[in-house]
Amino acid sequence: MSAGVFNGIVTAVLLLAFLGLVAWAWSGKRKKDFEQASRLPLDDDNGKSP
Amino acid sequence: MSTAAAVERYNDKVVRQFAVMTLVWGIVGMLVGVLIAAQLYWPSLNFDIPWLSYGRLRPLHTNAVIFAFGGSALFATSYWVVQRTCHARLFGGPLAAFTFWGWQAVIVLAAITLPLGLTQGKEYAELEWPIDILITLVWVAYAVVFFGTIMRRRIKHIYVANWFYGAFIITVAILHIFNNIWIPAGLGKSYPVYSGAVDAMVQWWYGHNAVGFFLTAGFLGMMYYFVPKQVGRPVYSYRLSIVHFWALIAIYMWAGPHHLQYTALPDWAQSLGMVFSLILLAPSWGGGINGIMTLSGAWYKLRTDPIIKFMVVAISFYMMSTFEGPMMSIKTVNALSHYTDWTIGHVHSGALGWVAMISIGAMYMLYPWVFGTKAMYSTKLIDVHFWMHTIGVLLYAASMWIAGVMQGLMWRATNEDGTLTYTFVESLVATYPYYLVRLLGGLLVIAGMFLMAWNTWKTWTLSRRVPDEVPVPMAANA
Repeated sequence: MSAGVFNGIVTAVLLLAFLGLVAWAWSGKRKKDFEQASRLPLDDDNGKSP
Repeated sequence: MSTAAAVERYNDKVVRQFAVMTLVWGIVGMLVGVLIAAQLYWPSLNFDIPWLSYGRLRPLHTNAVIFAFGGSALFATSYWVVQRTCHARLFGGPLAAFTFWGWQAVIVLAAITLPLGLTQGKEYAELEWPIDILITLVWVAYAVVFFGTIMRRRIKHIYVANWFYGAFIITVAILHIFNNIWIPAGLGKSYPVYSGAVDAMVQWWYGHNAVGFFLTAGFLGMMYYFVPKQVGRPVYSYRLSIVHFWALIAIYMWAGPHHLQYTALPDWAQSLGMVFSLILLAPSWGGGINGIMTLSGAWYKLRTDPIIKFMVVAISFYMMSTFEGPMMSIKTVNALSHYTDWTIGHVHSGALGWVAMISIGAMYMLYPWVFGTKAMYSTKLIDVHFWMHTIGVLLYAASMWIAGVMQGLMWRATNEDGTLTYTFVESLVATYPYYLVRLLGGLLVIAGMFLMAWNTWKTWTLSRRVPDEVPVPMAANA
């Protein structure tokens, strides 16, 4: 395998990994979990007395 | 909880200690910066004392603002954020206190050895090997405390800010160790195991990722917690924050060679550094947009809340610098910009604009929390500080941009017979007025920091309660 072909394969694998990440992040299944997670800083009382 | 003994409490003491030292070291580091800026305009300000010479104070300035000011801000906020988003007390008991006192010891040792001229001579890695070993010990303890806390979390999800803080801690450990493999030759002297172009590449792999992970990833963690918190809305897109994280850490690692364009580094490595720097624009702006858009629907808060102003302008400077950086990495642009004051302007729009402003905003939020007061003593003074700092940074960056482009053009100008049009001294003389404007900008910034210190002192005197007593909520909410 020439260096050029190898570079091409690595580039394709990394591109697919990125697209996979985007698909994972935007899949409907995780929407609710992420919405809950994004509220974590807001749900805390900052250390004010309860 | 039925018995008081069973209540787990947050460790806010170490957060308070680091938060206060952030302010102290910010003032010290920026004062040294103002002094050396003045020395460039009035060279006699070194008073012919070797300890006060520019060459020794400049690394003291960079180490103080990056590792003492920025580092303390990162310790303070990461310890706060990891506890509050994991609903767990810091892991490791006295280890957290060790990281505080150990880090302060490192800073004091730096402040002694650098003016004495004890240095490894590598930018941002000047400290000699005994201090490097202490840094390693503190950093390993930091990692144990941080990741130990994440392992004890009561919340299923690890909030995105912790991912950024975690990447910052791991990467800085790796960078620090590999760039500091030196052979000791006495207590204050050592030699690197690398040589030549390899040494240069290791140094800028370290140097650029110190920017990427110390000055970027860590402070993005800050952004992802403190901006939503102050705005009162969740981050614009949590999904984008995940893509942002993985894309940023994967790409930053390869951009270092852009510090070595047109050097003895192999040409392919220079081009690789340039290409990765250009790609880096995408995740950088993705993250910046995510931070700014968190305000969507709440823009009116910009009118009344100076803390939000600090953070929004910080993110704006982040986006400007991360646009400017890739442009400067392009070889033809770099041929003009390298070795000029343009680089200094770029660094300070990132450091004073992004890093300092997001930290100052976060500190104005943290102080009331860790002192146990409702708010800062004076919101009006925060607003005054905001304008002083913003105008100061603009004066600083704009004067260095103009000076840098001018220097680059003067250095490359040739006459028809091929001789240089200008001598170096002519370019220096032309730069003088801009050095004065830069000094004015720096004076505005340091004056703003003193205002912050006074405001913080007054807030401290309002403090009534021992805030270490905050119990950890046991009921998980996620």
